Amino acid sequence: MTDYRMNILVCGGTGCRSSEGANLYDELVSLLADKGLEKEIQVVSTGCFGFCEKGPVVKILPDNTFYVQVQAADAREIIEEHVIKGRKVEHLLYVAPESGKKVPDSKHMDFYKKQVRIALRNCGFINPENIDEYVAREGYAAMAKCLGEMTPEQVIKEIKKAELRGRGGAGFPTGTKWELTRKSEADQKYVVCNADEGDPGAFMDRSILEGDPHSVIEAMAICGYCIGADKGLVYIRAEYPLAIKRLKIALDQARNYGLLGENILNTGFDFEIELRYGAGAFVCGEETALIHSMEGKRGEPTFKPPFPAEKGYLGKPTNVNNVETYANIPPIINKGAKWFSSIGTEKSKGTKVFALAGKINNVGLIEVPMGTTLREVIYDIGGGIKNGKEFKAVQTGGPSGGCLTKNFLDTPIDYESLTKAGSMMGSGGMIVMDEDDCMVSIAKFYLEFTLDESCGKCNPCRIGNKRLWEILDKISKGNGTKEDLNRLKLLSNVVKDASLCGLGQTSPNPILSTMDNFWDEYLAHVEDKRCPAGQCKAMMQYVIDPNKCTGCTLCSRICPVSAIEGERKKPHEIDPETCIKCGACMEKCKFEAISVA
Amino acid sequence: MEITRDLKNHKVQLSENAIALVKKICRRFNYEEGELINILHAVQSQFGYLPAEIQELIAKELDISVAKVYGVVTFYSFFTMKPKGKYPISLCMGTACYVRGAENILNEIKRQLNIDEGETTPDGLFSLSSLRCVGACGLAPVLMVGEKVYGRVAQADVRKIISEYKAGCPTHPSKE
Repeated sequence: MTDYRMNILVCGGTGCRSSEGANLYDELVSLLADKGLEKEIQVVSTGCFGFCEKGPVVKILPDNTFYVQVQAADAREIIEEHVIKGRKVEHLLYVAPESGKKVPDSKHMDFYKKQVRIALRNCGFINPENIDEYVAREGYAAMAKCLGEMTPEQVIKEIKKAELRGRGGAGFPTGTKWELTRKSEADQKYVVCNADEGDPGAFMDRSILEGDPHSVIEAMAICGYCIGADKGLVYIRAEYPLAIKRLKIALDQARNYGLLGENILNTGFDFEIELRYGAGAFVCGEETALIHSMEGKRGEPTFKPPFPAEKGYLGKPTNVNNVETYANIPPIINKGAKWFSSIGTEKSKGTKVFALAGKINNVGLIEVPMGTTLREVIYDIGGGIKNGKEFKAVQTGGPSGGCLTKNFLDTPIDYESLTKAGSMMGSGGMIVMDEDDCMVSIAKFYLEFTLDESCGKCNPCRIGNKRLWEILDKISKGNGTKEDLNRLKLLSNVVKDASLCGLGQTSPNPILSTMDNFWDEYLAHVEDKRCPAGQCKAMMQYVIDPNKCTGCTLCSRICPVSAIEGERKKPHEIDPETCIKCGACMEKCKFEAISVA
Repeated sequence: MEITRDLKNHKVQLSENAIALVKKICRRFNYEEGELINILHAVQSQFGYLPAEIQELIAKELDISVAKVYGVVTFYSFFTMKPKGKYPISLCMGTACYVRGAENILNEIKRQLNIDEGETTPDGLFSLSSLRCVGACGLAPVLMVGEKVYGRVAQADVRKIISEYKAGCPTHPSKE
């Protein structure tokens, strides 16, 4: 990278590629070649920059100019103005929403100011398909240090001292897990990377694998050295084609450089990594289920103990960690446990990556030190709520987590605080909701997900969740009673206590947390048969205000089911029996005559 | 690939080439039971779906029960026993898309195509499925037709997108 006068970084993450980032890259490359500048200036397709809201994103080094929503048609202007004449392309710069001013570079963007990037250190900086760029940023230095200068015990001691905890959600101390697997005696052991990211609305692991695959490979090799394994397996979702492709390229390059395979760096240590594909089952994020799936079976969880550290893949001791956890290992070895544990809170060290999404201005991928408050994440980094609406709740932990209200906005993000508040850390999904979101519907949405994903092995989860969903459905259709609310709570606790694995034990959390925090809303649904957010369709009715209606006939023409009738220039009426409540009429009415009652 | 379907009896006739291909895939994975999921991935990528007859063949090749193969096929949402349409439409129902109105989009597609989730239109053109998070939450709600991603889809866009595919000349997906 340093061989070039200038680097043009084009985000090659899934979000930006989906909005035509790939064409932009090709266009930039061909224009540079036309001008004969390809030896001086390099175009790099990187991993995710995080600022998905305004993709496709382009960053120019060394001055950090940050261009947003760049289309292939803008490539010529970037080359002719910025690259050749040294003038920034003003209309592509990011405009700060509060001040309305253009921001010259990424260092001055509020989105990045409060972030600390450890796991995402290389995402958006390097070309993930080029091992040399990883090596240039201390890549494989940690592995060399471990193999050359440290004993496995010393490495484990360092990880324990760093107090790194599992980033998949549960927060089990990583060093302890490694130590347990090391102590299990066996002729063969395995290192497994859990890349089966299944939370709806989460894309942390995928972004790391797409943006910095070598960091995971390096960490897995270090883990293999520590626990005494010569084989690693990455269990990855088949729905992540780009991550799979980049991981495969990275594995080949590492083998060619002698960083994987036999006798790595002449130390006598052998390590090889294979890919295993998931096939779409959320429960496979649970480690015993994941192991069964890798064995070619249905991904049903089994009782622990025995833990995978004693009896895992093919009955052998297996260490399972999640992608983000591994991505933290090389920096800990390079910079030391003391540095790592200086970041974060008393019990939660380091940083956490979140996929920030929902009704928020800056949707994207962020990494913040543990202890950052939800308010800082939502308002300072996330830029507040979309369209000036009112904040209602933030959901963390996906289908296993809960919804927190504005009373919890000053909660510091760490494992214990979030659990105490009634949610959980989870793997890093963070969905922001505004006043238009109905909490009963949200709970129902998550239950629908669990229902789909329950493996069916144990009764509380298979049958209990179905009954929970039915009660929620009844409430959202306006047929619920107060007795239903009691039953909902009681059954939630039964499912929680009696289920076999983490999926069932946490599936009622979205219900319990919304009931705790939004009891009034549940009451309005059952007592007044009213949905305060106006989302539950069965309970609402579109009506035309005869005083405002001018009889322009637009609504009756737009209605897909011909439910609106009336004479020209006279007030129209909606037939509630025929109306399917699609809202098209309200959206199109020029006189604001249609409202929800 | 070479599958003839007898729609009346819901039977599938595998051609000799098709049988040879499935056998070849099983051989490539050394007939190992532990490779079942990888085998199913490979076979589905060739045929587009996994009809019962193919599952029987795989079971025979690996010397395991059909129930075992069927158990795995039905467990994982990635595997399907029904053929997909020429233009498979998938709608992201991840939380980010959900709170930005994916449900309305889903209903609109169902209405336009007159099919439910998991079904294919009688002309074989479109099939509809919902999936969990494609990771493009910045573009929510997201709709995919095949590999093409349509971001920030509004209810009114659905009819337009579908009619473009019906006309056989889908325009470029970039929208802004």
